[in-house]
Amino acid sequence: MTTQRTLFAVCVLLGAAGFAQRVSTQAPAARPAPAPAELASIHVQGNVYMLVGAGGNIAVQIGDDGVLVVDTGLAQNADRVIAAIKKLSPKPIRWVLNTHFHPDHTGGNEAVAKAGSKTNGGPAEILAHENVLTRMSAPANKIPTAAWPTDTYFPEEKDIYFNGEAVMLFHDVAAHTDGDSIVHLRKSDVLVAGDVFVTTSYPFIDQANGGSIQGELNALNRILDIAVPAHEQEGGTYVIPGHGRICDEADVLEYRDMVTIVRDRVQDMIKRGLTLDQVKAARPTLDYDLHYGSDTGFVTTAGFVEAVFKDLSNPKGKPVVR
Amino acid sequence: MRIWTTGGLLAGVAVLALAAPALAQVSLVGEWSPRYHEDQPDRIPGPELGDYTGLPLTDGARLSADSWDASRLTLREHQCKVHNGPYILHGPIQFRLWEDKDPQTQQLVALQVYLNTYEQSRTIWMDGRPHPPEFAPHTWQGFSTGKWDGDILTVYTTHIKQEWIRRNGVPNSEKSTMIEHFIRHGNIMTHLVQWTDPVYLAEPLWRSEEFVLNERTAGNWLWPCEYVDEIVDRPHSAVPHYLPGKSPFDGDFAYRYGVPVEAAKGGAETTYPEYMAKLKTLPKPSKPAAGSGSK
Repeated sequence: MTTQRTLFAVCVLLGAAGFAQRVSTQAPAARPAPAPAELASIHVQGNVYMLVGAGGNIAVQIGDDGVLVVDTGLAQNADRVIAAIKKLSPKPIRWVLNTHFHPDHTGGNEAVAKAGSKTNGGPAEILAHENVLTRMSAPANKIPTAAWPTDTYFPEEKDIYFNGEAVMLFHDVAAHTDGDSIVHLRKSDVLVAGDVFVTTSYPFIDQANGGSIQGELNALNRILDIAVPAHEQEGGTYVIPGHGRICDEADVLEYRDMVTIVRDRVQDMIKRGLTLDQVKAARPTLDYDLHYGSDTGFVTTAGFVEAVFKDLSNPKGKPVVR
Repeated sequence: MRIWTTGGLLAGVAVLALAAPALAQVSLVGEWSPRYHEDQPDRIPGPELGDYTGLPLTDGARLSADSWDASRLTLREHQCKVHNGPYILHGPIQFRLWEDKDPQTQQLVALQVYLNTYEQSRTIWMDGRPHPPEFAPHTWQGFSTGKWDGDILTVYTTHIKQEWIRRNGVPNSEKSTMIEHFIRHGNIMTHLVQWTDPVYLAEPLWRSEEFVLNERTAGNWLWPCEYVDEIVDRPHSAVPHYLPGKSPFDGDFAYRYGVPVEAAKGGAETTYPEYMAKLKTLPKPSKPAAGSGSK
């Protein structure tokens, strides 16, 4: 398998602390993470590479037109991100796309954009859903203007064309946050999922910033709709998760099944009149806890169950099944 | 004469020592067909729902299996999934094995395996290369490296996709790893698997199978798979499963075969010989409650 062979050439070890770094919600004051000297860079497929270790995963598309970057990691790792991008291509960074506003995905926006150029020597364009701009420009967050998106969209879909391939952004209402974009690099056939899909934990439903369980599921189902496996449900479209390893449709499928089953169990318990404490005690995630669960850290098992419970208990205004 | 003979012996030993790499191990090259005398009901017709006997399952694995609805296999994305590395040689299969050697040095680089069920190809790297980083993709057959321990080929596999441990919904996780031993005795080969899964196995699971060398070529089948819409009125995003305690098959296997319910549910304790004594003390299963799937 070409991808695996290629991966062999890349054995820069992951700095686990930077990899595990997650996000805060309202006040994106990221904890400093000890960072590895050099970020891991992996060829995913076509023109697309993945950088690991800067916070959230970063996708880099390279070609004759320049460089397009999806997400920029934590602010303190920006220099390493820029160095890793320059190793992949000497061309200028033209585009920065954000999958959502959390600082482990946007912290390097300012530095990465300024390291590139779009027009007249100005920084690279930063493109995201308009709710990313809304969140980042909130005075309480104190994020510098230069890190904000310079280009936004509000419909369900936004397309650009760069380096000889269509780059399609899909927005699902109220998923991980209210401003998520799934980015499809169509010719390379790589999806960049942001934190609607991670392999390291249960999904973080950021209700304080507009996230919801059904929106999360809608986004996961959209990934399944777009992805096409190559042979016997393996390979084909590759998916870069917000955190964790490179995946394909079969991996997203298992995660989607898990989230759906947990939702259904909690919904049934709510119908039977169980309280939140009773639902937690019933352990509706038992079969997945040794894989995704945690009692500590940013995304805990209890936090996930509580988010699902609260969301399903008050469904008014929440997304419906797409 | 005595001195000459000793010298000759030493020279002979030296020649044999130099030749040792070429003579050191048996060849596994060829086409191999399974013999199903071991675990036949599990491997050919397939296990019954709720039969977890002999599996060192975690509580989470048991819940997942009890929740599993076979209708999940009718979902588009589930239809073309294949048996993964730790399972595939346990099922109906034939396989062809050949060697990749460096043309300049004739050193063994890899063993290649074509598994006819599901049209799977597997590479067992023999050149000492490292496994990929943890953030590399997983595949059905995983990433394998091998080494010879005398005539025993030992293979270590990581980066395995999630599938199942038993064909009735008992899952394995993507954190699974596998150690295999291929042991040839004449034209018979024993395959031993030690399957480790920190999510769904409380202890490593051991399995074994026997294969026979085919003197005539076989096992080169193709296995095309294209999904179809099997159920037309189901919501787009539905995932068939049973809520905890609501499976219509709960208790059915134990009652039908007179296996104590506790034993039918598996677990590490049930895999040891000492459990035989305890088994005799456990109550016989009662008929499952009305509304279950008991027949």
